[in-house]
Amino acid sequence: MTSLPKLPLAKWVNEFVSWLTQFEGFFQAITNFLNAIINSFQWLFDLLPQWLFVAIIMGLTLYLNRKKQKWSLLLLEFFGFWYISNQGYWRDMTQTLTLVLTSSLIAIVIGIPLGIWMAKSDKVRTVVNPILDFMQTMPAFVYLIPAVAFFGIGMAPGVVASVIFAMPPTVRMTNLGIRQVPYDLIEAANSFGSTSWQKLTQVQLPIAKSTIMAGVNQSMMLSLSMVVIASMIGAMGLGTKVYFAVGRNDAGSGFTAGFAIVILAIILDRVTQAFNQSKNK
Amino acid sequence: MTTKVEVKNLTKIFGKRVNKAKELLMAGASKADILKETGATVGVDRANFTVDEGEIFVIMGLSGSGKSTTIRMLNRLIEPTNGQVILDGQDVMAMSKDELREIRRHKMSMVFQNFALLPNRTVLENAEYGLEIQGVDKATREKQANDALEMVGLTGYNDQYPTQLSGGMQQRVGLARALANDPEILLMDEAFSALDPLNRKEMQNELLDLQENMQKTIIFISHDLNEALRIGDHIMIMRDGEIVQIGSPEEILTHPANDYVERFIEDVDRSKVLTASRVMIRPVTVNIDKDGPRITLRRMRENEISSLYVIDNQHHMVGLVDARDVIQLIKDNNRDLSSIINHDVPTVEMDTPLKSMMDEASHSPLPIAVLDDRNRLQGIIIRGAVLDALNGNGGDSHD
Repeated sequence: MTSLPKLPLAKWVNEFVSWLTQFEGFFQAITNFLNAIINSFQWLFDLLPQWLFVAIIMGLTLYLNRKKQKWSLLLLEFFGFWYISNQGYWRDMTQTLTLVLTSSLIAIVIGIPLGIWMAKSDKVRTVVNPILDFMQTMPAFVYLIPAVAFFGIGMAPGVVASVIFAMPPTVRMTNLGIRQVPYDLIEAANSFGSTSWQKLTQVQLPIAKSTIMAGVNQSMMLSLSMVVIASMIGAMGLGTKVYFAVGRNDAGSGFTAGFAIVILAIILDRVTQAFNQSKNK
Repeated sequence: MTTKVEVKNLTKIFGKRVNKAKELLMAGASKADILKETGATVGVDRANFTVDEGEIFVIMGLSGSGKSTTIRMLNRLIEPTNGQVILDGQDVMAMSKDELREIRRHKMSMVFQNFALLPNRTVLENAEYGLEIQGVDKATREKQANDALEMVGLTGYNDQYPTQLSGGMQQRVGLARALANDPEILLMDEAFSALDPLNRKEMQNELLDLQENMQKTIIFISHDLNEALRIGDHIMIMRDGEIVQIGSPEEILTHPANDYVERFIEDVDRSKVLTASRVMIRPVTVNIDKDGPRITLRRMRENEISSLYVIDNQHHMVGLVDARDVIQLIKDNNRDLSSIINHDVPTVEMDTPLKSMMDEASHSPLPIAVLDDRNRLQGIIIRGAVLDALNGNGGDSHD
């Protein structure tokens, strides 16, 4: 063992990263694209008065739970948002929400088709599965280094790092959901002469929907857990407040900001779950 | 009868080294040897059979006999290893994907054991499924699906979801979904096996009623011999991927091909399956429009019987005459048989099962007359023949 020289793996990665930086135009295009989404969300949230924002969220909750009213959730929303506003975290909260929504959106747009592909082909699954393991277990800090190199500082690299960390559940659950569709339904679809596309859109996706939505929900929660880490590379939001509090050894403001994250997380989780259930009566 | 489906040497081998296994099979190796040598399992071994247009063809066998594989090879849900399926003179195996899809959309529809209804769709939407994927417009497919649901006796449930229905009702939806396409062939894979006995019997009756009107070709899989005997025009018995016997229900009961079939039919209640036409014998008759008492008496003497059935020129059953009355008639020098005809005779129809005539047969001293639907005398049944048939050695008596 000792006779072998140390593998220059770190050097190779560095060389690879600096080789990639020559595609500056490509990364700039991605950055611009991400910023466009981020800015539209942020523009919308800045435009809405706080009371209207809360009213919309509560109205949505009422609509999604129209079969069984959940007063506790409505109360939580009301007092939760009141707390965030009261502590002066409103804009930080909307920035965090922007980061989460942007990463979730991208995770869905990339993750669901990838999950479908994985479900349709065992070869793809064999290749993609270890990549997903890698994405989920590699410490998130590690992504930040090249992310800054490619996407600069700010929200965009934060979104990229969040997507990498948060996308796997959507991919896995889409794959799982489609593979779990009972075989006799697939046979029935085939026996009536469905094309692959008809089978996917009329049988597999509708039946796998609640599993897929559970994956999306998980992705959203994971991207929320990335906000503190993303704040280290300049992604603004509640994470920044926590990060600053750590730097100043200020337990009090660390806690107040952390608590705001918890509230946002619970509301996001319950609302997306209600969205899932309301469609699956 | 025209042939609808012809199956030639249809073979399915499951596993990895299929080609090697096929060679071995063709060379006459046993399934156990093939499994040992190649690890491949022979699902169906060179099946040959034909299905006539408009009949109910039942493929019967226990689990693992290859019956489900066989039916799935007909529409290539399972791709055969070898052999041909010829549908209306066209080789299904040679069809492209698009041609095959057309066949599945328009010619063959399938009904599944566990219903296979889409849980996220209403009853009506489920029944529309086949039409929807054909691209039929909304109004037309709703109408056709509604008609199909009505046909299977399921109205008023259109907006329910499958899980809200009982098993029997769910399978009606499955049947309606298949019928909505108006296919020429219905493939029914253990369609009634998941139902409780009462429901199953009801569905069998309904299928027979439906079949009377629609005259589709139905290929029906079952593991229940009683069901097969009840609904099948022909029954094909399979075991370990091979065809053991093909025949009508009565042929199966009266001429089992081997011990395996014999053991199968041991427990069958023959009285429900065997019909009057099977045990009747050709009657000795006199024609009332032609024959007089003397000829009648001579016929009785020749055949050593004491009573005779009387028919007219059109072969319609008129009644029965007794030897003593005939002798009296001759003594009286009367030539008219009609005065002594006994019109009160027991009659049954050709397809009356033995079970429903047991009472009659055990009480009536007279032979039972078997009439067709135009009241013509086709045969008579004597008591001994019924008992013989129930014991399993009858059925040949009219040959």
